[in-house]
Amino acid sequence: MSELQEVSCRINGKMRAFVVDPTMPLLHVLREVLDLKATRFGCGEGTCGACTVIVDGQAVMSCDLPAGQVDGRRIETAEGLDGDPPHPLVAAFLENQAGQCGYCLPGILMAARALLEGEPTPPSRARIAEALDGNLCRCGTHARILDAIEDAAKHMNRGPLA
Amino acid sequence: MTVDVPPPFADAPHMRDWIAISPEGDVTFLSGRVELGQGSSTALLMMAADELGVSADAITLETARTDRTPNEGLTAGSMSITFGGAALRWAASALLVQMLDAASERLGCAPQELRTESGEILRNDASTGLNLLDFVSAADLSCRVADLARPKDAGERWKTFRDIPRMDLKECMVGTPFVHDMTAPDMLHGAPVHPPSMQSALVSLDLEALKVRPGVVEVVHDSSFVGVVADTPLAAARAAEWAQKRGTWETKPVGAVDPVKFIASSTADAETIVDTGNVNRNIGQWYETTVTRPYIFHGSIGPAAAVALWEGDEVTVWTHSQGVFQLRRAISKALGLEEKKIRAIHCLGAGCYGHNGADDVAFDAVLMARAVPGRHVKVVWSRRDEFHAAPMGAAMATNVRALLGPDNNLTAFDVIVNSAPHTNRPGAGGTPNLRAAAYLANPIQPARSADVPLARGGGANRNAVPTYKVGDVRVQRRLVHDLPYRSSSLRSLGAFNNVIAIESLMDDIALDIGMPPFEFRLQHIDDQRSRDVLERIDSETRQVREVPLPEGAGWGLGFARYKGTGGYCAVMVRVEVDGDVRVTDAFAVADVGEAVSPDGVRNQVEGGMLQSISWTLKEAVPVDGSSTTAGSWADYPILTFSEAPRLSVALIERADALPLGAGEISQGPTGAAVCNAVRAALGIRVRNLPITRDAIIAAVNE
Repeated sequence: MSELQEVSCRINGKMRAFVVDPTMPLLHVLREVLDLKATRFGCGEGTCGACTVIVDGQAVMSCDLPAGQVDGRRIETAEGLDGDPPHPLVAAFLENQAGQCGYCLPGILMAARALLEGEPTPPSRARIAEALDGNLCRCGTHARILDAIEDAAKHMNRGPLA
Repeated sequence: MTVDVPPPFADAPHMRDWIAISPEGDVTFLSGRVELGQGSSTALLMMAADELGVSADAITLETARTDRTPNEGLTAGSMSITFGGAALRWAASALLVQMLDAASERLGCAPQELRTESGEILRNDASTGLNLLDFVSAADLSCRVADLARPKDAGERWKTFRDIPRMDLKECMVGTPFVHDMTAPDMLHGAPVHPPSMQSALVSLDLEALKVRPGVVEVVHDSSFVGVVADTPLAAARAAEWAQKRGTWETKPVGAVDPVKFIASSTADAETIVDTGNVNRNIGQWYETTVTRPYIFHGSIGPAAAVALWEGDEVTVWTHSQGVFQLRRAISKALGLEEKKIRAIHCLGAGCYGHNGADDVAFDAVLMARAVPGRHVKVVWSRRDEFHAAPMGAAMATNVRALLGPDNNLTAFDVIVNSAPHTNRPGAGGTPNLRAAAYLANPIQPARSADVPLARGGGANRNAVPTYKVGDVRVQRRLVHDLPYRSSSLRSLGAFNNVIAIESLMDDIALDIGMPPFEFRLQHIDDQRSRDVLERIDSETRQVREVPLPEGAGWGLGFARYKGTGGYCAVMVRVEVDGDVRVTDAFAVADVGEAVSPDGVRNQVEGGMLQSISWTLKEAVPVDGSSTTAGSWADYPILTFSEAPRLSVALIERADALPLGAGEISQGPTGAAVCNAVRAALGIRVRNLPITRDAIIAAVNE
């Protein structure tokens, strides 16, 4: 355990500051320190994508990202997709019923959001699939998930993350 | 058509077993069936609401907890809708009868004049201005369901709504519905330090040093069981990992390193499961094939998790087990604690696909929480635990021989299934069958598995009887126990491999006699529903199959009726082989009788297809003679998004037929379709799964 360090970052638009062991993975900071539990633990070693969040516009796996490295960064998590109305991705996933157990979905939604917000025009299905290759889905909902992201891409406002 | 009195009413006959009404008049239906990610909660709620004639949001559903819901056994084998749904329809019907009786008194009419739609009571189809649920005080839940219920016929159903979206999906995306997410004041976090196998014993571990690792609150030690309780999940995981690296365990002598060869070549006594006559005949030509599959992981994306809390000598465990009552009994046996002192409550976990580590981790949590009474202890297995400690889907080898008569009709079918057992569930054989129970000072090793009986669809021999009319049939089963790997139910059990073997042989024979695969199959079908499914997949795909194929591409067909008694499914896939096999397109036609939630059925069929393609092309548990060597997903690749095909699923809906369940109907037909498509693409038959580049080369060299 390293010496505690103060870390501040913007999470879903809100400034948050916390004092943690800087080697603690961001996933644990989100879930245990900040009580943002929509980001899931799947493997703890960056191989399944369940813990994907967006850091400064890039989709990253939070389970092996040390908290010390997010100081001053902008972080988006699945909680930020909720709202009335919900984010177009959530709406499209509901419309397509693109889920079974749903455990992998927050990570997939964040990987998809980073992709769609980073591209000037709606990406091809193959491009979407490629962007999700770090995210595993075991229920076999792949086709519906790709359908939903294609639908969302048509409805999303383009531009960099706020 | 409805089933006769559904079986659950034998043990839970009263309305109060199935329905709770709050002082405010809110109606909650109680089901012993659990949500495993398959959408069953939504479908069950739909059935109860439809029977009442109210919208689905007018009532609620509570599932599987030992202190509140009926015991409906395991949520397994695609029986939730058939039996669990029928039970709720009956209970709802009984409630409706009571409420309409009260309404008829108010209206001064005969109850037969009344029915409900969208929550309103209609008299001879005209509005009465009365809401059904305003009569909930007329309910007498002490009545017996079967005395009152007269569930709706098909023509009377689905007047208020037809299909509804999954109730729980949004929460899965942006919320915290899983047992992994549960919180409680003063919650502690546990992590087990699992021995390498169920037969290995702890030799040495510096427990004093473990106790002072950062954040550690307690170390629970009982013989070979070691669990770390810490103040955060990260501290628990890090301490357990520290212990895993420093501990030493004695491991029993090594078993076969190639379990598939070991199983395929077993000469253990074969047990005859089915024998309709004399298959030892020689008029005609015998064809034969053997298909093998390795051990396969369940591979939930979320590892097994549970929360336990001891209060005095009583314990509560929150679990994603498929059977909370079986888990309670198993814990009772393992601890020597009366069942009434144990409460098991189902919570959502990640998709389960069969008997995974859910029960084992629940017992881990119970053991660890005992050391810190009054405090909740949450245990979430590591990815390594999930691969090492959870039961795996059984490796197996299916040998199929078929006798073709001179008129090109099959006259005999002889199947021998060699397999590791397909069940080692909690309580099986009278032992707890919980992993940690084998580690304790009073160790209880699992009884030798008897596999799943034919009456419950069979395990190794599931779908070993062809769905076709093939003359005399013999099925033999050879259970192979002498391997150290722990196997239990994985979605569709033996059906996946058996259907692949049978469908491979059907294609081989058709090819040999120059008959189209559809025609050869149809010639051996004598029931209309099978015929309809096959004819529909033929017509659905005819146009795309006429597009000229590039070199190394091919189409393949697979078909079966799950368990011989369940849903019908035909699958057609197109593959391209360029070193690796890629499924580019997959089509299915399914008949599951009444599709309660048609979109839910399609979703389940699609999921089964994708998972089956992953099993067929990619998956094999690496083993070293005593346990798996897979520590992470890097050692066990599964289908990725880029590898997923385009999918199309069509349903043949039969509103008046018994609903049959959809979660396990497509695995066998899909695997078979892929194997047959590879055969069509390459001209060679790959018989040992998974069909990797190496397996293709090996088949070429055979």
